[in-house]
Amino acid sequence: MVKYILQRMLYMIMVFFIITLMCFVLVRMLPLPVLPPDDPHTAVVLMRREALGYNEPYLAQFGLFLKNIFTNWDWGLSEKLYFGQNVWDIFVGKLPASMIVNLYSIIGSIPIGIGLGIFAALKKNTWIDYAISTLTMVVISVPSFVYAFLIQYIFCFKLQWFPFLMAGGTNYFTWKMFRSLIPPVMALSFGTIAGFARTTRAELTEVLTSEFMLLARTKGLTRTQATVSHALRNCFVVIVPAIFGEFIGILGGSLIIEGIFAIPGVGGLTLNAIKGLDYNIFMLSTCFYTAIGLAASLVVDVSYGFIDPRIRMGSKK
Amino acid sequence: MTDMMNERIPAEKFAFVQENEKLHDGELQTKARSFFADAMIRFGKNKSSVIAAWILLFLVLYAIFVPVFSQYTANDKDPMYVNYPPFSPFFSQFGFLNGARNMDSQNDRAMSIWKGIGIETGMDPIIRIRGTHETEEKKRGQMIKRYTYDLEVNAYYAMGIVYRNFSYADYQKLQDWQNETGIQVIYPYVDTEDIGGISDNPNIWFKMNSDGTALLDAEGNYIPAYSTRSDRAGAPYNSLRLAGDPGDWVYSTAKSGSVQCRILYYNYYIYLNGHEPSYLMGTNVMGLDLFTAIGLGARFSLIFAILVSAINLSIGAVYGSIQGYYGGAIDMTLDRICDILSGVPFVVVTTLFQLHLAQKVGVVVSFLFAFVLTGWIGMAALTRKQFYRFKGQEFVLAARTLGASDGRLMFKHIFPNAIGTIITSCALVIPGVISSETSMTYLGIVDLSTYAGTTIGTLLSQGNGAATTAPHAMLYPSIFLGLLMICFNLFGNGLRDAFNPTTRGTDD
Repeated sequence: MVKYILQRMLYMIMVFFIITLMCFVLVRMLPLPVLPPDDPHTAVVLMRREALGYNEPYLAQFGLFLKNIFTNWDWGLSEKLYFGQNVWDIFVGKLPASMIVNLYSIIGSIPIGIGLGIFAALKKNTWIDYAISTLTMVVISVPSFVYAFLIQYIFCFKLQWFPFLMAGGTNYFTWKMFRSLIPPVMALSFGTIAGFARTTRAELTEVLTSEFMLLARTKGLTRTQATVSHALRNCFVVIVPAIFGEFIGILGGSLIIEGIFAIPGVGGLTLNAIKGLDYNIFMLSTCFYTAIGLAASLVVDVSYGFIDPRIRMGSKK
Repeated sequence: MTDMMNERIPAEKFAFVQENEKLHDGELQTKARSFFADAMIRFGKNKSSVIAAWILLFLVLYAIFVPVFSQYTANDKDPMYVNYPPFSPFFSQFGFLNGARNMDSQNDRAMSIWKGIGIETGMDPIIRIRGTHETEEKKRGQMIKRYTYDLEVNAYYAMGIVYRNFSYADYQKLQDWQNETGIQVIYPYVDTEDIGGISDNPNIWFKMNSDGTALLDAEGNYIPAYSTRSDRAGAPYNSLRLAGDPGDWVYSTAKSGSVQCRILYYNYYIYLNGHEPSYLMGTNVMGLDLFTAIGLGARFSLIFAILVSAINLSIGAVYGSIQGYYGGAIDMTLDRICDILSGVPFVVVTTLFQLHLAQKVGVVVSFLFAFVLTGWIGMAALTRKQFYRFKGQEFVLAARTLGASDGRLMFKHIFPNAIGTIITSCALVIPGVISSETSMTYLGIVDLSTYAGTTIGTLLSQGNGAATTAPHAMLYPSIFLGLLMICFNLFGNGLRDAFNPTTRGTDD
């Protein structure tokens, strides 16, 4: 098992470096931002570029880029949006806002999603099941900015329960902040709830019809006992890795929701970097999102191995 | 028992049932049903998918025909009717699509102006009074009751008169058009001196009390304050005159080389466009007709998504076939390439392609490349799985024994078995592409408006700015997009279940 995890990790790191290299070269190939000719900073920036090897071959530049990261954890300076500031500091400053919104969303939506899924599966082919399945289908199909608009319009404008945008400041645990976070959390949660409800329902209906469930009932377990200790355990083989994957994903934030609700998070920063052509921030965001994506898939794969004894056996071969 | 087992029956006791007749199978009484027909029957039993298919057909027809037959194009951006509510001159007679917009807390002065617009132009903007509020306030030692009103007004009529400057030639053209059609556009000029120096509200044409309400004559009518100063007249006027004009009202004033006049914007719109304003879904912040713009955006999205799916399908099918057929080291190597490509976040791919290629090959093509770069991976995985399923079967072995080449085995023998799964999954790929495309245009990472006119994502992001004052500009594109996505997914699921009865119910 340890060997398997190590193998997977090594492989992921390799993939990560290849992706980073590709993106790095593509970004460095872009024309550099034109610097103001009579600004005193221009000379400094030009010298910095010289030091970063902008005039050398791309591979040498990549080497320097990696060297700076590994020796000083230096991801470069922002050249457009936050002129002259350290990219990593800006980025880290934006992380808590993204994380808090996603954390609330996941804490709320995973139990609701799984609950709805179990409920639908137990009431299979009744109107409750149809209602839950239809809603799930609708929510999964419709893009998130559509509900973001509906939530903003209904709850923030018509009913005026919540403010339109996230409250300012960095004090994340006040009541005012919590209240202003409810709309974005709702907008983020719908998709997660629907996803978990769908997976749980599909898994559980399959497990409930299998023969060991019949055996469990025949040996005298009540329906609840059989469902909780036999059916649910089996369907968690699929659900638990998905939960781990979601938790890794909380770091990433959401490009769309962060834009709509003015959350000062990494998603918004990435979007601004793309629009403002701030290459160093963009490069850091790219590495960050790639790493999160790969880490999530690694965690999902590995946790399958931990949870499902069949896979654990298989890996020993 | 044993007796019966061992009982011997003599041969002469046996007789042939039919000795001289031919024995053959009866003709099949039912018609043979092909796999496709069977799938269609299964599809037909799935009511929600059938309904989704009909709605989808309607939406596709909308996308195809509305931009063709609409009187508006993507370039018709009215500068005045911006974020205006839905309106149709025909349906407004029946009380809906009447351009209704709520105006709250209107005082007596504002009410005079609203009524004045109705009296002057004959287009009464007030649809109904939703509520009246009474407040008392102390004025010169007395308690005076004041009223404010919550109105529902027709936004198109409520615009009323606007000031416009014309060159002498254009002014004459407008007069000629008035004579020809009998529609009054130019209204008599009001000199600001006559209405207490108000120069920013062209809808005041009547004499006013000191508090700004209309001064009424003995019969309760408004008293016109139209200018009669012919010395300030801008250009000779020889066209329609307003009813009640004694003949000396002036219709324009001179403004440094041009003439300024008061025009009724609703009729001026007819002069410019040849028809009345008719915005079935209202206009957005650009002054675009949403009814047409949604059709344009959807048409682009659909064509784009079908194109992307077709390309991804072809690449994925070939790639997956090679992977699945050869297996082993080739499969491993190709799988690693897939892993690397699928690890790059889509936003990053789109951005890099836009930055590198948009200048060279255009925005749409570089956007297409971004989709193609990673989009085929799912399709390849699907094909690969099907190949693993079929490549070991006897018919493949038989064909190989007969000397079929690899290519022939792959595409003549194995691939046709996988085609059903691949085609049906295509119906689920299309909504995915539309969704990503809409997100990217919504976020403004890709701007397609110069090529496609507009897209639904662009419309949504334009609508988002005025989501509270003009919710219709956000609502209609949202409804359209939502319906399109839901119907595509339901239709796709139904199709997949119909062609693949074994996977039924696992994913819905």
